[in-house]
Amino acid sequence: MVRERERERGLWMALRSVSRKAIGLRLVHKHGFARGLSSTGFSLPEFSLPDLPYDYGALEPVIMAEIMKLHHQHHHQSYVTNFNQALLQLEHALSVADSPTIVRLQSSIKFNGGGHINHSIFWKNLSPIKELGGEPPKPSLGSAIDTQYGSLDALIQKVNARGAALQGSGWIWLALDKEQKKLSVETTANQDPLVTKGSALVPLIGIDVWEHAYYLQYHNVKANYLKNIWKVINWKYASEVYEKNCP
Amino acid sequence: MGSFCYHTFPASSHRLVSDFSQGFKSPKLPYLSNQQERWFSRYQGASKVFAYYGLRAPPYKLDALEPYMSRRTLEKHWGGHHRNYVEGLNKQLEKNEVLYGCTMDELVKLTYNNGNPLPEFNNAAQVWNHDFFWDSMQPGGGDMPKLGVLQQIEKDFGSFTNFREKFVEAALTLFGSGWVWLVLKREERRLAVIKTSNAVCPLVWDDIPIISLDMWEHAYYLDYKNDKGKYVNVFMNHLVSWNVATGRMARAEAFVNLGEPKIPIA
Repeated sequence: MVRERERERGLWMALRSVSRKAIGLRLVHKHGFARGLSSTGFSLPEFSLPDLPYDYGALEPVIMAEIMKLHHQHHHQSYVTNFNQALLQLEHALSVADSPTIVRLQSSIKFNGGGHINHSIFWKNLSPIKELGGEPPKPSLGSAIDTQYGSLDALIQKVNARGAALQGSGWIWLALDKEQKKLSVETTANQDPLVTKGSALVPLIGIDVWEHAYYLQYHNVKANYLKNIWKVINWKYASEVYEKNCP
Repeated sequence: MGSFCYHTFPASSHRLVSDFSQGFKSPKLPYLSNQQERWFSRYQGASKVFAYYGLRAPPYKLDALEPYMSRRTLEKHWGGHHRNYVEGLNKQLEKNEVLYGCTMDELVKLTYNNGNPLPEFNNAAQVWNHDFFWDSMQPGGGDMPKLGVLQQIEKDFGSFTNFREKFVEAALTLFGSGWVWLVLKREERRLAVIKTSNAVCPLVWDDIPIISLDMWEHAYYLDYKNDKGKYVNVFMNHLVSWNVATGRMARAEAFVNLGEPKIPIA
């Protein structure tokens, strides 16, 4: 009797584990692709929209609340959504070794993934005027800027000039080359993240110069947007990143 | 010092108006006598008028496209962006005499430099693109093309609906700033929908554009915020000028042989 029950339990356990695996394999995502543990135990990450560390209206009058809301809830959200979708399609293409699709998806991953990365940094780069916005950087970043550019103002002029000259959509960056321990001003097109300009580059400050970032308020006068945004730039965050990479 | 003149040139002549005979910046002419040189340089200093390209107004009032494209958008887009491109181009041409004297089409192709664009390309191409764009729209536009254009669309896309879908899809899948075009490809002798980035236009590949849609954010953000789909659909339903497209197709057929016309049998 006991042996029978043991055998039954054994069979039952086997059945449960088989069915669990089966359920795992048959977990079908709404897009029709299976999401879950593959044989290597890899699980596809699912990215989500980060919260802003301040209210939508907190950056007024430099950036109006409507822009912040649209920028965060619509633009950034759509990058996140499309990024996740592209990654799902990539996972499927990888699982069936579909090289053309794998390659074709790269531009969408770069665009949407880059958009997610860049905007996540951007929200941290900004801070309300009442809090940290606009407060100049303290050493060691402050002294590094003075050494390399002469003064904070000189750096700001340089960044604004590059931003004004940028054609189309893109970003301007204050970058740290963590190997050479040097600062530099870089621009990237569309949503290309900073690493596309150099694998050792770490973003300290990124400014979104896509028109959606300023059009409702500054219309076509990009120069005014660039002049004013420094009032809400969060240098504390930039200093922290700098010190982490340049101890 | 120079002043820029903003004539509304007719579409065909973007050439420098020739009766501005004074004040051309010209290279030093070595064979002039001293006296002639002195006269020349004094005359030059008198009143320099540099008139390269002018800002051409759209063929309708700025509020004529309401409620689909607001007057405010046209004021900012035409009066701000387009004007800045013209002024920027004039400033650049002032310094670069080699490029002087082209028509707009020629200037665009020249400054594209086969894929290595010169600094003037962005301004020149954007001036051309925006002139083309304003002409591609009309109040009471939209609806369907007629006759030759419709026939060619049906021949190359299967149906107008199919073409429309492709056009909208291209507009919505464009990464960053750019334009969407219905273009007549010269080599392939067929219509196609293409999308280009930033300032690039099909002229640089020697193709003939028929209609265009500006997908830079400044074109729609004030009216539609981030709702690109609505903007594109409104353009197709209410703004696109198939009359102008027909004219452009007719002109294009002088350069591209699209095959025997279908003559109806009586």
